[in-house]
Amino acid sequence: MTGLRAYAIAYLVFLYAPIALLPLFAFNDADIIAFPLSGATTRWFAELTQSASLLNAARNSLIIAATTAVLSTVLGVCAARAASMADWPLKRPMMGLIMLPLVLPEIIVAVSLLVLVVQVFGLGLSNTTIIAAHTLICMPFSIAVLNGAFQNLDPALEEAALDLGETRLSAFRLVILPLVMPGIVSSLLIAFTISLDEFIIAFFLSGANPTMPVYIWGLLRFPGQLPVVMALGTILVALSIVLLIIAEIMRRRGLKRAGLKDRGGFL
Amino acid sequence: MTLISLAGVNKHFGDYHALRDIDLEIREGEFFSLLGPSGCGKTTLLRLIAGFEAPDIGTLHIDGRDMAGVGPNLRPTNMVFQSYAIFPHLTVAENVGFGLRRAQMDKPDRARAVDEALEMVGLAGYGIRAANALSGGQRQRVALARALILKPKVLLLDEPLSALDKKIREQMQVELMKLQREVGITFILVTHDQEEALVMSDRIAVMFEGGIGQLNDPETLYRRPASKRVAGFIGMMNFLNGRVTATGPEIAVEVAGLGRYRVPAEQAPGGVEEGPVTIGIRPETLSLLFEGERTDRMEVAGRVDEVVYYGDMTYYDVAVAGIDKPLTLSMKNRIGRPVLDVGSPTRVAWDERSLVLLGR
Repeated sequence: MTGLRAYAIAYLVFLYAPIALLPLFAFNDADIIAFPLSGATTRWFAELTQSASLLNAARNSLIIAATTAVLSTVLGVCAARAASMADWPLKRPMMGLIMLPLVLPEIIVAVSLLVLVVQVFGLGLSNTTIIAAHTLICMPFSIAVLNGAFQNLDPALEEAALDLGETRLSAFRLVILPLVMPGIVSSLLIAFTISLDEFIIAFFLSGANPTMPVYIWGLLRFPGQLPVVMALGTILVALSIVLLIIAEIMRRRGLKRAGLKDRGGFL
Repeated sequence: MTLISLAGVNKHFGDYHALRDIDLEIREGEFFSLLGPSGCGKTTLLRLIAGFEAPDIGTLHIDGRDMAGVGPNLRPTNMVFQSYAIFPHLTVAENVGFGLRRAQMDKPDRARAVDEALEMVGLAGYGIRAANALSGGQRQRVALARALILKPKVLLLDEPLSALDKKIREQMQVELMKLQREVGITFILVTHDQEEALVMSDRIAVMFEGGIGQLNDPETLYRRPASKRVAGFIGMMNFLNGRVTATGPEIAVEVAGLGRYRVPAEQAPGGVEEGPVTIGIRPETLSLLFEGERTDRMEVAGRVDEVVYYGDMTYYDVAVAGIDKPLTLSMKNRIGRPVLDVGSPTRVAWDERSLVLLGR
């Protein structure tokens, strides 16, 4: 029993110790990242807000992540809905093809997209190109999450709504949509997170307007900027925890409303 | 008055022939059952009437209107689903009032209609509850109220009682019958439970492999099954081998182990030809003769092979010389009437009215 407990503790340390270092050095009053610590300060956070290029990168990332989340979820809902319907011709190969980007190496996707956008279409690089690429890689995750939500639905629920006078569209809005809402929230969140910290594609396609990960990578070349990166990382971790808690609250509320048993989740 | 008529209806799912040449007329205000084993097409037929499936060939008319191309939302039918399909994110009242969204009704009228519907199914005051906090029986009542609130011409019930406990199921059978008489709406029930169909229906269509095997009222179906298949599916039946030696208004038949008889042609509801024939005998048309008991019916000696005691009834299997399988017969238990032991010698009384001749 004690052996198991020690293993569990080691496990948690392995998972979270690196992340715990972030706030430690973010509040550390020294230019170099090293022990021993030398007093608390908030100046790194203050410095963050002074940097126009950082704020620009943050704004880019948020715009890209939010748009990607919405696009990939909308497309995911369509695909998951189609997958939950009775067999149609080529359903299996089609679904397989849609899920394929999940296992494609990102570097390959990035290079081919760069070639496609710049060489074939002759377009400039912008946030739009990154959004398109991120939607491509996030969609399989959205579909995987949403598939679960749609497959759990009793098909008789939609038929009951039709039987009671609703059209296919209104039945979807009144019955299916509220019941798959927890899945939609999960999908939005996952796509948002993936897009937010995606580096390779953003690096290839961002042009002069970097996203946050690309900007952080740029900062790393200047050791003096490291504490600022730590402060930025701390904010991102805090943001992730808040998002996770919101997602879990939404999920539990959705389950309760649908009258389903709680079978795990994030928290 | 015919309310629903199907003519030449066929339905395939891929290679599977789900419905074969269905011709069927269902009358206004009757309690009609589609009875059959699983996979016989009864649910497909119901879904076809509801509008969830379309026939490959053939026509469906409801109330004189051709239903080709008419969606389930525009048909004068409402359905109680096997899973009940109660909307889990809505309250009981919102579920029941769901179909009224499209009705031109103001709020108080709608609330009143919901209350009335809930009262009709015995759930008055349940409106504000969450739908997923209900028991199986209550969910079924909500499904009924939700379907009936729209005053459909036809109520379709897809195995509505199969998910309930035996006690509640029997209680709901009676309630459904009462409800049907009260509202006067045509009910079409799909079930695989022959007892349920016999208890509730005005008429029953017995289905096998996508076709209708026999369509009659419950008593005719039970007493005069037209085929061995129907006879075997509905109630218990002894099957004996025999031979028809003459046909006509009276049929001459030789029954293995029991002798030669002449029976009126109505005892061969499916028609017979000269030659080998299967003879059906219901357990309750036979009786056991206890010691010293006399009968003016015919009797044959045998030996008790098996005893199954049900409380109000006892079922005996009696081995009789010349019949390959023991005869099953049922006796009502009465005060002073013993329950025989396995192995006891006994006599079985019967007469030629017990025989049902089942052709090929």
